[in-house]
Amino acid sequence: MLTALPLDAAGPVIPNFSAHSSSCAVQNHLFCVDWVKSNWGPVLWPALRQHVLLTLVAVAIGFAISMSLALLAHRHRWAERPTLLFTTFLYTIPSLALFELLVAPIGQNVFAAEIALVSYTLLILFRNILTGLRSVPAEVMEAAEGMGMTPRQALLRVELPLALPAIVAGLRIAVVTIIALATIVYTIYNRGLGVPIHSALGEGPFKTELIAAGGMAILLALFADGLLVATQRLLTPWTRARGT
Amino acid sequence: MSEFGGAFRFILHDGAVAGYPNLPSLVHLALETLKVGAIGVGISLVLAAPLGIWLGHIHRGSFFAINIGNVGRALPSLAVLAIGDAFLGLGLAVVELALVVLAFAPIVTNAYLGVVEVDPELVDAARGMGMSELEILRRVELPLAVPLVFAGIRTAALFVISTATIASLAGFSGTLGDVIANETSYHFAGVLGAAICVAALALAVEGALALVQRAITPRGVRIERAERGAIADAVIAGA
Amino acid sequence: MQTEDTAHIEGPSAYAQAAELELRDVRKCYPGQREPAISDLSLRVPAGEVCVLVGPSGSGKTTAMRLINRMVALTSGDILLGGRSVLEREPRELRREIGYVIQQIGLFPHQTVAENIATVPHLLGWPKERVAARVEELLRLIGLDPEEMGPRYPAQLSGGQRQRVGVARALAADPPVMLMDEPFGAIDPINRGNLQDEFLGLQAKVRKTVVFVTHDIDEAIKMGDRIAILREGGVLAQYDTPKAILARPADDFVAQFVGADRGIKRLSLTTLADVRLLAPNGQGPNVQRVSARASVKDALSMLLTAHGEPLAVVDGDDRVTGLVTLSHLERLIAEEADGEESPVAVASGSSAADRDGGPPGAP
Repeated sequence: MLTALPLDAAGPVIPNFSAHSSSCAVQNHLFCVDWVKSNWGPVLWPALRQHVLLTLVAVAIGFAISMSLALLAHRHRWAERPTLLFTTFLYTIPSLALFELLVAPIGQNVFAAEIALVSYTLLILFRNILTGLRSVPAEVMEAAEGMGMTPRQALLRVELPLALPAIVAGLRIAVVTIIALATIVYTIYNRGLGVPIHSALGEGPFKTELIAAGGMAILLALFADGLLVATQRLLTPWTRARGT
Repeated sequence: MSEFGGAFRFILHDGAVAGYPNLPSLVHLALETLKVGAIGVGISLVLAAPLGIWLGHIHRGSFFAINIGNVGRALPSLAVLAIGDAFLGLGLAVVELALVVLAFAPIVTNAYLGVVEVDPELVDAARGMGMSELEILRRVELPLAVPLVFAGIRTAALFVISTATIASLAGFSGTLGDVIANETSYHFAGVLGAAICVAALALAVEGALALVQRAITPRGVRIERAERGAIADAVIAGA
Repeated sequence: MQTEDTAHIEGPSAYAQAAELELRDVRKCYPGQREPAISDLSLRVPAGEVCVLVGPSGSGKTTAMRLINRMVALTSGDILLGGRSVLEREPRELRREIGYVIQQIGLFPHQTVAENIATVPHLLGWPKERVAARVEELLRLIGLDPEEMGPRYPAQLSGGQRQRVGVARALAADPPVMLMDEPFGAIDPINRGNLQDEFLGLQAKVRKTVVFVTHDIDEAIKMGDRIAILREGGVLAQYDTPKAILARPADDFVAQFVGADRGIKRLSLTTLADVRLLAPNGQGPNVQRVSARASVKDALSMLLTAHGEPLAVVDGDDRVTGLVTLSHLERLIAEEADGEESPVAVASGSSAADRDGGPPGAP
């Protein structure tokens, strides 16, 4: 086991941290602000940017696919079961395994990474969007039809807006989940906050980098969640009136 | 796709491929993975389920019960393990701690929602007929909450298997993740073979838990859910 | 009431009969609200009668009902069940002796119809055979086949069937008192009418003391032996028999609440069997026939389209017992409106309170 070291023990091998390395980093104290400062530009910031990009692309593609599938299942009930089975299947495969399974046919590249991340959004988004669409009361739909709306108009003006809280709730879960999973991407594709976490684990472990990179992943997830909550409140003012 | 050929050869030989380091057998690693995961889910269950059920019964603490689910989701397994490693070093105890932390959220949130969403009219009827609080919980709320409580357990189980393998990346050894994290020794065929085993293990656990859930969900609840066309099972937490 | 102590020991089934229910100066204030929800409500429901609490929303009728089984705690005053204060009773034990039906019915979806009905007997620890026999008896009573319906789940029942099962569940331990909160509120009008009739038939057999909450004055008139009309803030506006309330509304609020058509409503309370008919005198064969059980209102409606012909009133064996004409009915109504001894009420067998004069507990 690499890591059964007491806190106060000096790290065994601290790699070359160039001229910036302080005694703090060399002695592997719990947290070295200096190290974070000097490595923000070259290491942490690029990793964070890549992490956000990986997440956004995966959620956007996942949303497009899930929305189409949910609309299909909303109109044709038979489509629900197979979609649920398949997306649950994908969701069930542990992330580390899925990444490797995709490397075999696709290779160690961005496509394998994104396909894996998208796979995990599908169940979450599909289920939430469909639940949202189904939650529109039958009498509301009847009223829409009675006022002469075409199915398309009813979808855009009634069903989707009313399904919005459930949809945004799904997006929240998906975004936060993908931020968490994207830390594993580094195992097949050298991008994201997993990269500094990995290097810190392999090299010591180097506590400052572990805490900084791990903390950034957690904070990013919390920040994204907060942002989506704010968006949700902005987009669905009518839900606030009920005071729930 | 010769990679898969190699992977299946690796699995068929139970990891004992000439030129690879000696492996304690895939079956053994799978069972170890299962054991590490079961301990984590078990401890979480003992702590989280009563808490969620009780909060649901008294209709209090919704902010806590629901938001802990969101916080739990926000915790990337690898980051949690990395930070645990930084503070405490990565032994079995720390890995289990991480697993318990990660499994806690879906169990508490789903147990809470399962009980709190029982139709208040049913509880009113039960109380009006003279049931005690414990009888209401046992005879009305819990049977109706089974699908959601169980969905939380299923999510937690997935979560925990996934994280147990990820723990190998952080240097914890003893699970199927060991092979995946060590491509240098086992080559891609070994990594892929182990990945297939992990996927199969997770699917088997999910399937087994689904069967158990089906067996203990009261028939009337199944019929009612089918009539309602209920889709929502778990309040998912990511792995 | 003598049965009370035995009831206490052996459970509700020891009540051979319904119990009298009395509310004494009952007051309910919710914390943080200035106005009381129920203000000094006093009324007495004689054993075996149906008392309907009716009023607009905010009149506290449901609260008043829930005070009885202590689902809502009293602020002051007292409620006596069979002469004994409910406040002395352990709430759960009390509730097991009071049947409880709510609008949403609240059948447990995870239990079969039979299990639902068996809930209270089960809580009371009845032996299995006795529970099974009781369930079967009740299913027959509400007109459902025990073999077929007993093992079904609530999701497999129609709305009306669920409603009936809810009533059967409330009756299961043979409680002396039933509380019913808008029990037919969620049912369509046609089925509601049928269920109301069914319940009245059932009540004629089981003779429970029933407190029935509704916001529908027509339902109140149909179901109630007595009606308590509540106004905003839980103030009792009038407590009387339906006929008395329709004939003599206590104030403008009650008059408005019962509606401008109270004259017609009153006619619906009296059947042709209750009124003085004209002697049958060899009327033509094409005269319309009407059952003696039909209401005066229905007869009036038929006469209006009968082109001046009389109606032949027939009894259960289809024998003509008398005739009614439009002018005859007019005379009957006018006589009653003049406040003379009501010919409409003379033969009325149902209304004990009319003879009693003022109803108990009226303000």
